[in-house]
Amino acid sequence: MVGFAQRQMAEFDGSPTMVELLVPLFAELYEQTGFTRKDIGFWCSGSSDYLAGRSFSFVSAVDAIGALPPVAESHVEMDAAWALYEAWVKIQTGEIDTALVYGFGKSSAGVLRRTLALQLDPYTMTPLWPDTVSLAGLQARLGIEAGLWDEATMAAVAQRSLTDAQDNPHAVRRGGSSVEELLARPMYADPLRKHDCAPVTDGASALVLAADDRARESCERPAWIGGIAHNVDPLHLGARELTSSPSSRRAGDAAGLDGIEIAELHAPFTHQELVLRESFGLRADVRISPSGGALAGNPMFTAGLNRIGEAASRIHSGEATRVMGHATSGPLLQQNLVCVMDGATK
Amino acid sequence: MSKQPAAVVGIGQTHHRAKRVDVSMAGLCREAIDRALADASMTFDDIDAIVVGKAPDLFEGVMMPELYLAEALGAAGKPLLRVHTAGSVGGSTAIVAASLVQSGVHKRVLTVAFEKQSESNAMWALSVPVPFIMPVHAGAGGYFAPHVRSYIRRSGAPTHIGAMVAAKDRQNALKNPYAHLHNKDTTVETVLASQMLWDPIRYDETCPSSDGACALVIADADTAASIDNPAWIHATAMRSEPTTAAERDQVNPQAGRDAAAYLWKQAGITDPRAEIDAVEMYVPFSWFEPMWLENLGFAGEGEGWRLTESGVTAMDGDLPVNCSGGVLSSNPIGASGMLRFAEAALQVRGQAGAHQVDGVRRALGHAYGGGSQFFAMWVVGAEPPAL
Amino acid sequence: MSTSQARTLSAPVSVNFDYTRSVGPTLAAFFTGLRQGRLVAGRLSDGGVVLPPPEFDPTTHDPVTEFVEVGPTGTVQSWTWVPEPVAGQPFDRPFAFALVLVDGTTAPFLHAVDVPYDELSVGMRVQVRWAEERVGAITDITCFEPATVPSDAGGGSPAQPAAAVPEVVAAHAAQLDGPLITPVNLDYTYAASPEESAFFRGLQEGRILGQRCPTCGKVYVPPRGACPVDGVPTTDEVELAGTGTVTTFCIVNVPFLGQKITPPYVSAYVLLDGADIAFLHLILGVEASEVRMGMRVEAVWRPRDEWGTTVENISHFAPTGEPDADYESYKVHL
Repeated sequence: MVGFAQRQMAEFDGSPTMVELLVPLFAELYEQTGFTRKDIGFWCSGSSDYLAGRSFSFVSAVDAIGALPPVAESHVEMDAAWALYEAWVKIQTGEIDTALVYGFGKSSAGVLRRTLALQLDPYTMTPLWPDTVSLAGLQARLGIEAGLWDEATMAAVAQRSLTDAQDNPHAVRRGGSSVEELLARPMYADPLRKHDCAPVTDGASALVLAADDRARESCERPAWIGGIAHNVDPLHLGARELTSSPSSRRAGDAAGLDGIEIAELHAPFTHQELVLRESFGLRADVRISPSGGALAGNPMFTAGLNRIGEAASRIHSGEATRVMGHATSGPLLQQNLVCVMDGATK
Repeated sequence: MSKQPAAVVGIGQTHHRAKRVDVSMAGLCREAIDRALADASMTFDDIDAIVVGKAPDLFEGVMMPELYLAEALGAAGKPLLRVHTAGSVGGSTAIVAASLVQSGVHKRVLTVAFEKQSESNAMWALSVPVPFIMPVHAGAGGYFAPHVRSYIRRSGAPTHIGAMVAAKDRQNALKNPYAHLHNKDTTVETVLASQMLWDPIRYDETCPSSDGACALVIADADTAASIDNPAWIHATAMRSEPTTAAERDQVNPQAGRDAAAYLWKQAGITDPRAEIDAVEMYVPFSWFEPMWLENLGFAGEGEGWRLTESGVTAMDGDLPVNCSGGVLSSNPIGASGMLRFAEAALQVRGQAGAHQVDGVRRALGHAYGGGSQFFAMWVVGAEPPAL
Repeated sequence: MSTSQARTLSAPVSVNFDYTRSVGPTLAAFFTGLRQGRLVAGRLSDGGVVLPPPEFDPTTHDPVTEFVEVGPTGTVQSWTWVPEPVAGQPFDRPFAFALVLVDGTTAPFLHAVDVPYDELSVGMRVQVRWAEERVGAITDITCFEPATVPSDAGGGSPAQPAAAVPEVVAAHAAQLDGPLITPVNLDYTYAASPEESAFFRGLQEGRILGQRCPTCGKVYVPPRGACPVDGVPTTDEVELAGTGTVTTFCIVNVPFLGQKITPPYVSAYVLLDGADIAFLHLILGVEASEVRMGMRVEAVWRPRDEWGTTVENISHFAPTGEPDADYESYKVHL
């Protein structure tokens, strides 16, 4: 990982294809890496038609590349973290040695928590329109009842996140106060307060992958991918244990989390961070989401890629030598991806 | 680092129909998957990862349906990817699945592509009005018809070529029990007599709207060596270009030409017309057969229609195209590209049944999507690829 | 539509469709049960009893074919308050969603609970409130409500094998009039890019404004947030004449859902004089069969008082009567 650029905001006033955001992001990456468009061997993106409200919403984004002469390109209908995975796989085949991965989502175009009800079982769940916040509330209370966490530990997650976000210029929500003050705020979707839920966020981000010497020539301290893996749980409530995340555990085990100093976790709700920390078995001294994480900004379909980019940037800056970025997708942490990065090649 | 060999070891597809009211989306996918696993003599326990492909989510009204389908697809507890590259998605999905094996990341990957078009109306789903713009297009046919007209003008092709393709593919479909359309009486004359929908495209020159799914099991060399007749993947290519650009060639798009050139090079093919024994190409409107023959390098520019006219692309010709009946006979959109890839693999495995061409050693599977801007293709062979 | 002060133009878009769902045999058993006022769960290979029945067994991956009748009472395992319901939810006033462990099942079931906020609790006993008219859909259950029927406090009665279930499946074909219809109605705000917004605002003044790519110099109409060749926004404004050449076209004879113009009509790519990319519009004022590649046409505007920030200000293009353009002059635009 040799370059990373992001934009996020509470509400983007431009087109749902987000071409206007992608153009400056790509320019920023060319600047960071010294690459030009012609140096990129493969392009891969993540986005959603339902988020944009129209079919083939990703098609216009190709314009931002400047795709004549044509490019090798692909798209996943997933968070762009999985586009990163596809690009990494392509590099492993030896066919290419550079890739640019991007994602974008204009969450504010519709009613996000309602739109996401379309991710549920279309026969037995979606017709009730269970919104994202309600589902998270059900999950949070299960954990509270089971004694796995309580309102105070949830508030502590928000407090740390909003405090850290003060140093993140991209954060759309920031400013911690105290756990006591947060707990004094009114309930919203009992058992959740508003600060337990990630803000609706629009945004786009992009990063560059390069192999071997291409990485060394384009970045002073590349973040070398030491392990990357993903996994999915069943969606149906009858087949899932909601207070743990088996797919995260499997992805973490496959990627190899030993020696992690920083973990950027994609937890759109405070209690979900607690689920993830437990599932990954992170030691107490692992620094969690120094960017502020998803509670400070959660642009759909690129927020997972942002976690990986944020983690990589801690390597680029020399601040850490081994980090992980995590991405989630689907209702209630259904699908999870872990990318472990090192400051030095093994 | 170099590519690991990979091969198709299991192939399954549904009986494609206008409305598969007997199955849910999960049931539709499982019909194809269960056939592919049985063909590979495997169970879900043998599968390392699942790759799902599908065209726009608006077709079924489910956002990322692979999430709710995870259990039914046997993906729970495994890596699951969802690809969406417009009409080429079935092909792109197979290529992503192949890359998971070629990279050495996995040994056995299950991939499935589907569309249940009867859940909605494709023309509606593709034409949600955009504010400030006038809705001039009339679905995919309205989009492609002007470019077909341009092809006819540029090549000087006689007007019956499109009808020849349609009649050929519909007759071929009679030999394919899975095909959606089984219209025994389709001839060049009946196609020419059918209603002109999007002039110059007639009703019988268009693809149907189908429910259907296709699944493949792609495996590493060790696994492939243990079965009788794997279809070895010799080359894959994906290329994209913008929908519209000043002076973009919309009849013979550069992305298709570039993808083909890269594909032939990887496969060690210098004369595709001579070295490819069977072709499954994505022809949703009949005129795209001659257009893609040129784009892929089987014929010179403006000459593709001559291959069609002289019978070269018929099942008994020397470059048989779409022996399965092609997209013109079955079109579950998200699966249509994978069906082309699967039918090419069936041909090199000698498993195509009544529409098998004798002695196929290498075959092309081809898909395209968007405004003729996304291309995905592969070459499969009866022998392992040269190292 | 937003005011002209905004950076971009925006407008509402509704994406509405009633999806037709065929459900397959397992869900048919469930939905037929609902229609009859019964909760039909699936028995899994590991002994679990799950409502709704999954279509395929999570362990064996085989279709689930053994059904048992459960409920109609159950216990709340978790609940969440919905202070601001969204369209389509079971209630349009604040309510609760809950995970209910229906008596006889081993896994929770998601639905609404109609209980006042301060009376909700985990462990409370609830029962199904059925809809008066049932059609074989999840909404046949209006919600759960506090149980009035006494039952074993210890977690319900064991599941009863649903002897009638084979009949239930058979009854599906006989009784359900058709497949499940699930409406999906979504409201979005669509925004145009700044470049497109400039174009639409120009149209409101009766002007056709293209922009030039600063890198390749090509004139795009409408202007683009990214020149598709160079990946940079088009910039310098170029006002275009309303005249141009038909490069290629299609005669639309087919009616379709949402169509605004009655067929047959001609949709054509018009290469406006001074532009480097053709522009899609209608050709009227001439028999469809008379339209030709190379035909010279001009924009016909609607009456000025009907203009808005839309391409529809141009009613259509009509022939100018000039001689056709030479094929060489537009062949690179096909």
